[in-house]
Amino acid sequence: MTPTVTPYRPSERVGRDGFLQVLHAEWTKFRTVRGWTVGMMAAALMVVLFALLVGVSSNQKGSPPVPIGPGGEPVTDSFYFVHQPLAGDGSITVSVSALKSSIPKAPGDLRPGTVPWAKAGLIIKDGTRQGSPYAAIMATGSHGVRMQDNYVNDTAGPTGPASAESPRRLRLDRSGDTITGYASTDGTKWTKVGTTQVSGLGSTAQVGLFVASPPAVGGGGTAGSVSTATFGDLRTQGGWAGGNWTGSQVGAKSPTFAGYPENAPGSFTGSDARFTVTGAGDIAPAVSDSLPTGGHLRNILTGTFAALIAVIVVGALFITAEYRNKMIHLTLAASPRRSRVLVAKAIVLWAVTFVAGSVGAILATPLGLGLARGNGVYIFPVTSSTELRVELGTAALLATASVLALSVGAIFRHSAGAVTTAIVAIVLPYILIAIPFMPASVSKGVATVTPGAAFAVQQTLVPYDQVASNYTPYYGYYPLAPWAGFAVLAGYAVASLAVAAVLLNRRDA
Amino acid sequence: MYKNQHETTPNRKLTPMSAAEIVVAGLRKRYGATRALDGMSFTVRPGLVTGFLGPNGAGKSTTMRVILGLDAVDAGTALIEGKPYHSLRHPLNHVGSLLDAAALHPSRSARDHLLWLAHSQGLAARRVNQVIEQVGLTSAARRKAGGYSLGMRQRLGIAAALLGDPPIIMLDEPFNGMDPDGIIWMRGFLRSLAAQGRAVLVSSHLMSEVQDTADHLVVVGRGKAIADAGVADLIAAASGNRVALRTTAGTHAMRVLGHAGAAVAATGRDTITVSGLPADRIVTLLNQSAVPFSEVSAHRATLEDVYLELTRDAVEFRAATQSEVSR
Repeated sequence: MTPTVTPYRPSERVGRDGFLQVLHAEWTKFRTVRGWTVGMMAAALMVVLFALLVGVSSNQKGSPPVPIGPGGEPVTDSFYFVHQPLAGDGSITVSVSALKSSIPKAPGDLRPGTVPWAKAGLIIKDGTRQGSPYAAIMATGSHGVRMQDNYVNDTAGPTGPASAESPRRLRLDRSGDTITGYASTDGTKWTKVGTTQVSGLGSTAQVGLFVASPPAVGGGGTAGSVSTATFGDLRTQGGWAGGNWTGSQVGAKSPTFAGYPENAPGSFTGSDARFTVTGAGDIAPAVSDSLPTGGHLRNILTGTFAALIAVIVVGALFITAEYRNKMIHLTLAASPRRSRVLVAKAIVLWAVTFVAGSVGAILATPLGLGLARGNGVYIFPVTSSTELRVELGTAALLATASVLALSVGAIFRHSAGAVTTAIVAIVLPYILIAIPFMPASVSKGVATVTPGAAFAVQQTLVPYDQVASNYTPYYGYYPLAPWAGFAVLAGYAVASLAVAAVLLNRRDA
Repeated sequence: MYKNQHETTPNRKLTPMSAAEIVVAGLRKRYGATRALDGMSFTVRPGLVTGFLGPNGAGKSTTMRVILGLDAVDAGTALIEGKPYHSLRHPLNHVGSLLDAAALHPSRSARDHLLWLAHSQGLAARRVNQVIEQVGLTSAARRKAGGYSLGMRQRLGIAAALLGDPPIIMLDEPFNGMDPDGIIWMRGFLRSLAAQGRAVLVSSHLMSEVQDTADHLVVVGRGKAIADAGVADLIAAASGNRVALRTTAGTHAMRVLGHAGAAVAATGRDTITVSGLPADRIVTLLNQSAVPFSEVSAHRATLEDVYLELTRDAVEFRAATQSEVSR
């Protein structure tokens, strides 16, 4: 009874069914839900607002200036200096027969202790101005003889501590801008420790003995120490004016110097060839511990955590909303190759978040830095390429975190669970890292194995081997290099995207 | 109402009447202990509105999801124009479907909802405007779909199904939530789609919704097709050769007709249904025996009767076991 029928055949389209079409569809989906675009703008705004807040709320007007080394970096330049002028070339030799350090256990209660980077030796310096060029050779608490210059350079010499039985003999020669350091155990056989060019010393430099004693590091904090050294056999050669040795405290008032322990001021006694010198402080690059008032880029970008929450919510909803209202049926009927849909979503989300994060970070950084500097805050300097790395790294961190939330959303198919999981994975490590009393091993572990490792992209501080400090994420030092930390988060995102793709293909829609 | 085979146009190829647009064969699927599909087989042909009828939970929606490649089956195949769905390059050019009118993001406008779908198939925005006009949503197209009534959402869903201008249209319960005007519009619309030579599969759990629209019926229960036939054939089969008799002397009449070899059954206080004898023979016999009667008429079953009869088993099964198959 059924008559012959001509089935309906629309004109064949020769168009491609390319991945670009899926990408186009997902982009259209994203931009047409106002809540999502608003969420992305809110994320960018959070980064800017927090930067403004940090900039406005900081105030260090009137605090003494941070000493800056010849390389432009902030330095600690506080020590006890027993010196004479040296015109032109010359040489100085001394033996160190004791270096004893004391650490306060309580206010006014000094106990003998070990300060590994306590320093006693010879220094040639362009006057007593903080941050001026210098070169020095020294015995240290636990790191043997070292030759150091201009705060950041450090060369190891003979090992072992100085003692009365085995004094360290040290020698410093100036020949023009060339400074050479020697060490010896017997005073006859000298070993060259290092030679360095120090420009800016001037024709007449201040040369003599010094003692420095950096704060002892322990328990997540520091305690200001003091050290006393015994010098003997002081000999000079060359353009010395002669006369009395002058004792000076270099950098008594400095943001990078916490001062002497109670009732233990810097001093020197003795004359001719024997001296006892007591000093505190350090001659070294400043680190987060030694310049606690210093700000860094990470502080300006504090809004990252708020932006993270916004992009995680949007990222999860980008797929869980489809499950909630069953639009996923339409999506998968239109694009039966399901992995493509997930990858297209991830690409759209990553790109949108990256743009939003970049705009936020690139606007926030100069605004926040400008306001903070205007309020007298010293900011640890960075090169412009490092600044760009921090800005784009922050954007990449946000973008990758949102893709992680998307993947978890595709696995859970439920907004609340996905958002909670992503926040626990990324924001919780951020909070754990921000707890100052968190043991270093725990906070370093968190910053190594969790997705929170990616906060390393915001690191601008450089740890120094010759400065003992709390190099923990709390202070701005991450265990992984910036992009290595980012790679940990990226690994989590890619792995969960792969799991999500497998499940999406395997499960009924 | 069907296009003539000899009306050839360059882009339309001719297919013999046996060519089916959708062929569902032996689908089986379990959800735990529940058999959602238990050997579901039927075909959907071009130029016809095929009603897909069955009680809630009989497997209609699951079957449609299987056809669209959304759900996997334990056994069986569902082919679109001879190919599995997932092998189609631009699926919406082959099958347009509406599974759930609520399946949209509430804060996206109707136009944007269709726009992303169009972009996924490489279609231009122009096509979106066409289908919006076709379903009569032009004035509301830029409003958020979340504020739409169910009837408007159904129209939006139909627009989405039409987007790729497909030869196959598959709609799951499209009459749900529609006002009488909408139902009339929908019926005419489905008829016109079939008249263009498209294969139209429309599911419903109510016969009344499809009886005036469908040419062909697939009745399902407990996960399989119970009947797969033309509407006229189904009615004829259910009506049998029966005659309805109205009489005040029921007992007498049943005895007389029973002697003559007819099967008789009392169906009311003064009505009897007779089968096995033609109406004129019944009148003669009753007159010979002086049995009074007021009416003799041919009994004609309604589609509703057919449907209730066919699905009684499935409904009873469900009521007895309380195992609601919700998907």
